[in-house]
Amino acid sequence: MRPDISVPLAEAADMRLEYFQLLDAIVELAPDEGRIATEALVPDESTVFEGHFPGYPLMPGVLLIETMAQTCGTMVMALNKFERLPLLVGVKNAKLRRFVEPRTLILGRGALEHDGSGYAVAKGELRAIIDGKEERVANAELTYTLIPWPREDLKDFMLSLISDLQKTPSRQQAAS
Amino acid sequence: MASTFDTVADIIADTCDIERGSIKADSHVIDDLGIDSLDFLDVVFAVDKAFGIKIPHEKWTEEINEGNAKPEDYFVLENLVARIDELVAAKPA
Repeated sequence: MRPDISVPLAEAADMRLEYFQLLDAIVELAPDEGRIATEALVPDESTVFEGHFPGYPLMPGVLLIETMAQTCGTMVMALNKFERLPLLVGVKNAKLRRFVEPRTLILGRGALEHDGSGYAVAKGELRAIIDGKEERVANAELTYTLIPWPREDLKDFMLSLISDLQKTPSRQQAAS
Repeated sequence: MASTFDTVADIIADTCDIERGSIKADSHVIDDLGIDSLDFLDVVFAVDKAFGIKIPHEKWTEEINEGNAKPEDYFVLENLVARIDELVAAKPA
């Protein structure tokens, strides 16, 4: 049986860790300049936090890497005019610099490193506002292989998701 | 200046953790050096960057899969180096 991909999109936002929906907003998408900026607010509650860790909720490092991967992957998808699906195949020089707690606003940044034949390499970075100061939280070099869309409705779903994320207002800009 | 072969062999040694001395002109990157597709992608990335080219990795794979080229045309090191030299020569000045 094929999976149901008609998962309802988040209404107004916070990351949905259980659905791997880790971006709340696309603030800037400039694929031709090899650049993207995203935002994500770590939710207050999630089943993920029930185990990581009981009574001491922290964003798992792998989800921070996935947040960078989704940020840069969106840029790579746009760079290829949404004709193919980028899949993460390599994570290098990953550094997780800060512990990230619920209600932290994460600012994602992606920069294209190389647009190869059938693959792409990008540098991802997460920053966060911690105690009123913008701090670097994580960074990594990410490699993607590009595959044909396995399902046409998956492409439609991704296009719709990205379109919604581009319409979502920036929390950081609203706060400043 | 290092030859194309030396540069590519150094990249393979670094990227795939293979002893530099075992990399010869007639080495087959898959059959002799045991490089898998993901490691080869890393090699392609490093070669693209070192030479300022874009190895048509997908086109090569397609040609091999369709029987229009033999794997050794691209995966034996001296042939790979020749293809890289062609791509470098074809670069816009």
